[in-house]
Amino acid sequence: MSGRVIAGVFLGLSLGLQACSTLQASSSGNAPQKLVITGSSTVAPIASEIAKRYEAQNPQVRIDVQTGGSSRGIADVRQQVADIGMVSRAAKSEDQGLNFHTIAKDGVVVIVHRDNPIQRLTRQQITDIYTDQLNNWQDAGGKSQAITVVNKAEGRSTLEVFTQHFQLKSSQIKADVVIGDNEQGIKTVAGNPLAIGYVSVGAAKVNVEQGTPIKVLPLEGIQATAQTVRDGSFPLSRPLNLVTQGSLNPQQQKFIDFAQSSQVKDIVQEQSLVPVQE
Amino acid sequence: MFRFKSEGPGAVLLQLLALGSGAILLLILGFLIWETLPILRTISLDQFWRDPGWHPSEQSYNLTPMILGTLGVTVGAVSIATPLGILSAVFCQYYAPKGLAQIYRRLIELLAGIPSVVYGLWGLVVLVPLIAKVQPPGPSLLAGILILALMILPTIALVTDASLASIPPTYWQGSAALGLGTWATVQGVCLPAIRSGILTAIMLATARALGETMAVLMVCGNVVQVPNSIFAPVRTLTANIALEMAYALDLHRSALFASGLVLMLVVTGLVMFTDRWTDAPEV
Repeated sequence: MSGRVIAGVFLGLSLGLQACSTLQASSSGNAPQKLVITGSSTVAPIASEIAKRYEAQNPQVRIDVQTGGSSRGIADVRQQVADIGMVSRAAKSEDQGLNFHTIAKDGVVVIVHRDNPIQRLTRQQITDIYTDQLNNWQDAGGKSQAITVVNKAEGRSTLEVFTQHFQLKSSQIKADVVIGDNEQGIKTVAGNPLAIGYVSVGAAKVNVEQGTPIKVLPLEGIQATAQTVRDGSFPLSRPLNLVTQGSLNPQQQKFIDFAQSSQVKDIVQEQSLVPVQE
Repeated sequence: MFRFKSEGPGAVLLQLLALGSGAILLLILGFLIWETLPILRTISLDQFWRDPGWHPSEQSYNLTPMILGTLGVTVGAVSIATPLGILSAVFCQYYAPKGLAQIYRRLIELLAGIPSVVYGLWGLVVLVPLIAKVQPPGPSLLAGILILALMILPTIALVTDASLASIPPTYWQGSAALGLGTWATVQGVCLPAIRSGILTAIMLATARALGETMAVLMVCGNVVQVPNSIFAPVRTLTANIALEMAYALDLHRSALFASGLVLMLVVTGLVMFTDRWTDAPEV
């Protein structure tokens, strides 16, 4: 009797697992009525808004947007568990065989607390602050107080864009606080007058408008504006992409065309990002 | 292999359910080990404490600072919450007037019901700036300890309270016959009598503190380092998994599963340890 019981339990569990895996498979791109989009948490807010509008226009389609970072977006598209990936950086050499469709431009900005007297930081100063060679605001023209360095967690493309621009390795950065998403970074800087961090310009601008006590610093003398981000003169700008693999099915094609069309320009601008169309 | 007393269909159902939960636990453990295998095949075990740091993108996987961070916030929180929780329960049972005790109990139950993300948000916008005023940066071991202490206090208070309520009245009568006052009875008779209940409460609280993720992620600063003071930021194993799992691929992902496995082994060890010291049924 007991042997049968154990066998039964295992059979039940394995059937359950089977059911789970078939569910997974059915959402992997063959079903014409469902789109799964995963990846960058920077792209996710606009992708969700675009998806909502798309669903309103095409009631038979359901779009599922999940976050998990750019590398997740690429991995999911490669393994075909997602129809479209979201990636918040330009294509790299290891991204062969994937198609990148830019839907907006974004800048990564350095932010400090609003009460911080600092108006600008040079490239060298930012590098020194992040590698702990400069750890008092006094040496950068502020008050005599220790600097709280806010850094992104491993695997985030915002960290990648930042370290590449300043030619740092992530192990060289000596942070005081490590954060996950943009919102957490902004709350951390807003709650600490001595903090310095870097976030997506979209998230920063939205918060400044809401009165969050943060200040966006210019980089190398250039302010992050729609104009400078679009033409690439702002040093830390990056494309926000949708990524697909191989030839597109009509469903993917239609959504990507929609996401790149002027019908969603207002959504992109609302998030303080820069549309691809002039 | 197993011998069951046959007591009709109810007993069979119970046995089935028990076997089911046991099997699920084993499945989880098996799954964790399975997901950890790739990293164990690639690096030698001592790299988990010999590597220069935690930089998965540069193939270095030192877990020691995070294990210490986890133990640090947990031990700190439990040592604050235990005396407070026990005293809350004593107050509720023996000192507070009936009406007040009821209200107080409801409040503590409410405290137990607040989602951890709410604690975390409160910690981030209220507690962390306060600590930053005393000693920057603010997000720190101390912030984690305080938030966790607040979160596990209801567990200790409620379990202790229930144990105290189960003490037979004859204890009190005997104690009164000996001429002992309330406090003397509480500390000399009641608390020793519910020792195993208190230990169970501490174990449950410790397990919750070890496993707490969201609140700790928001207030601890998450820097991978061995903290040199309570104002230094730390990263716990759980925060590490939450921060990086969604972004991790291949070996990095496997290393995160390894840290999950470590966490599970710590909790298992804790439960076994408590089991040996109490005669209380397993919870």
